[in-house]
Amino acid sequence: MGAARCIKKDALLTWLEEVGKSRLVLAPRAQGKSTAFLPFDPAKGISLSGLATSSPKQALIPRHEALLEFRYTKTDQVPAQTGLAVRELIPNQPTLVFGARPCDARGFTVLDRVYDAGAKRDVYYCARRDKTIVATVACTEPADTCFCNRVGGGPGDSAGSDILVTELDQLYVLEAVTQRGEAFLLEQKLPDATELADKAQAARAAVRAAMPEGDSLLGAPDKVGALFDEMPFWDGVAAKCLSCGACSYLCPTCYCFNITDESKGGQGVRVRTWDNCMSFQFTLEGSGHNPRATKSQRMRNRVGHKFCYYPTLHDGALSCVGCGRCIAHCPVSMDIRRIVSKALTYEKAAKEHSNV
Amino acid sequence: MSENPGTNLYLPFMATIQEVVRETQNIKTFRVTLNDPEQMRNFRFAPGQVGQLSVFGVGESTFVINSPPTRMEYLQFSVMRVGELTTRLHKLRKGDQIGVRAPLGNSFPFEDMKGKNVVFVGGGIGMAPLRTLLLYMLDNRTDYGDITLLYGARSPSDMAFSYELPDWLARKDMSTVLTVDNGTPDWAHKVGLIPNVLKEMNPSPENSVAVTCGPPIMIKFTIQALHALGFQDEQIITTLEKRMKCGVGICGRCNIGSKYVCQDGPVFTYAQLRELPNEL
Ligand SMILES: Cc1cc2nc3c(=O)[nH]c(=O)nc-3n(C[C@H](O)[C@H](O)[C@H](O)COP(=O)(O)OP(=O)(O)OC[C@H]3O[C@@H](n4cnc5c(N)ncnc54)[C@H](O)[C@@H]3O)c2cc1C
Ligand code: SF4
Ligand code: FES
Repeated sequence: MGAARCIKKDALLTWLEEVGKSRLVLAPRAQGKSTAFLPFDPAKGISLSGLATSSPKQALIPRHEALLEFRYTKTDQVPAQTGLAVRELIPNQPTLVFGARPCDARGFTVLDRVYDAGAKRDVYYCARRDKTIVATVACTEPADTCFCNRVGGGPGDSAGSDILVTELDQLYVLEAVTQRGEAFLLEQKLPDATELADKAQAARAAVRAAMPEGDSLLGAPDKVGALFDEMPFWDGVAAKCLSCGACSYLCPTCYCFNITDESKGGQGVRVRTWDNCMSFQFTLEGSGHNPRATKSQRMRNRVGHKFCYYPTLHDGALSCVGCGRCIAHCPVSMDIRRIVSKALTYEKAAKEHSNV
Repeated sequence: MSENPGTNLYLPFMATIQEVVRETQNIKTFRVTLNDPEQMRNFRFAPGQVGQLSVFGVGESTFVINSPPTRMEYLQFSVMRVGELTTRLHKLRKGDQIGVRAPLGNSFPFEDMKGKNVVFVGGGIGMAPLRTLLLYMLDNRTDYGDITLLYGARSPSDMAFSYELPDWLARKDMSTVLTVDNGTPDWAHKVGLIPNVLKEMNPSPENSVAVTCGPPIMIKFTIQALHALGFQDEQIITTLEKRMKCGVGICGRCNIGSKYVCQDGPVFTYAQLRELPNEL
């Protein structure tokens, strides 16, 4: 890793306030029973205990984002013709996301592969990504819904982060991961902490070592793909699902969106908004035909996308980062770990059964 | 930044409707040109590729460019009125401004089809994607073998492109058969369902490719008929419709397993379709 700086825990808010003078700072803040990434307000503090309820993906793909602005005009020709002016709304807001967790940051790498894919760059996403510093706080106490270590990540991983923050007693050690992070860190008036890097590394390794191992889910793509036509399996796992979509909204990697126009009078904006494949409407066609009319088919798509389709397109990388939000917040306690584990052993179980 | 379609995947070309042709009671054809002459001159596409048409204030929807790349005075889209956006499009007139994001998706394998006999089987608005390939082939006639067209619609007044049919029927370098489900006294062509008429026509699968598009039920029975005639899965080409938003493989709307219809499609051989997960 690159440059290392440190900051006393009790000086964190002051520092964030200082940073906030030149960029938007998004940090987790408790609001009632949940914690969300909100614009930092020194008076309201930040909440760094555990994982925020919602993920920080909104920093790069806002829930509601205006892409284009349009305005109809009347020309002075006779008879008057309607003119149309369209303007791009490219974001230009330097931002610091402080307090993402390693799973969240890994989620950004999942988004990067889709939104910044070589020749095919989503200019809105890329503009935000270029101007955003992701400062991730390494975890010290993984929750029992956490399974980052089963999907290729870990509680102290730096993938997707620009800066990795490690707690050491009364200090936070900030280490640059990317050049963007390095440049930002060097601008800060914070004491050097190069000599603390080894200690920080050891602290992260200790947390990793203490995390229960659990079976790896990295081998899921083939198995999940092979179960596509096994409808009883999907009917079984989706039986209690309400199709509410909470899992997808809270997920740091669910990135599907809708594009719609909002207008009033002769002007308006074209916006994109988060969409949700757990919804019946997602694939409903004008004719009334719906390729995913049942919740089993939709569950199959959600699990299939994360554990089979995405890895097929991206060298085996899963698009589940193991944050466990969908497990912790599903109203009917759906557990994606159990679904995938079941898929991994399903064939075998079926065969054993047929041997009887 | 860009102000340049191509750099910004979501920014359409601004375009003007040059002509509106009423095809049937629920299909209208729009001939459009891009406002920037430079963009119009540099516009390249291949038969089968689609575009997202924007009516600002309403949204975008997907339509195939049904004029061929060999005739670039305008880009032609034929639109069946089915819902919100298509209803609004139908209200537009000559001179109105729309957005065009194109070309998107893959195209018919018109290079691989060189030297082959081609059998087109189109039903209703499904004639639109076939038209671009048919005209492309007629404009490069010597590259292809026999060309046969079977075009069907519900009734004579449901036939789009009616002004072109006399020419197609008269041409010596293609053979054209028209059919309707329900005839009228002055209907001089076939009456009967497309798959049945196709079987009667009995085209040879020898060195041939069949290209079919139309309502799902028609495609299903047409493919059965083609199989009965001896066409193999690799010799049958069709196009898929899936709800699309971004058109560029990002929004996650149009997937069938790990394939995105907006990028890997809309054109597939039946052999490829059979490899896809069964989620059409
Ligand atoms: C690759 C491709 C090529 C097409 N080519 C043509 C063509 O040349 N001519 C033609 O008339 N139609 C074509 N269609 C179908 C056309 O896109 C839909 O009829 C149209 O989007 C309906 O829009 P709407 O707003 O009027 O309907 P609504 O029902 O009001 O639409 C609601 C939403 O569903 C989407 N949608 C609804 N039905 C379909 C559908 N069947 N396919 C895709 N999206 C749908 C719309 O984009 C919109 O977002 C094509 C579709 C695809 C995918
Ligand atoms: S949160 Fe639970 S109930 Fe809601 S859609 Fe997801 S799995 Fe189904
Ligand atoms: S339409 Fe967005 S991924 Fe295909």
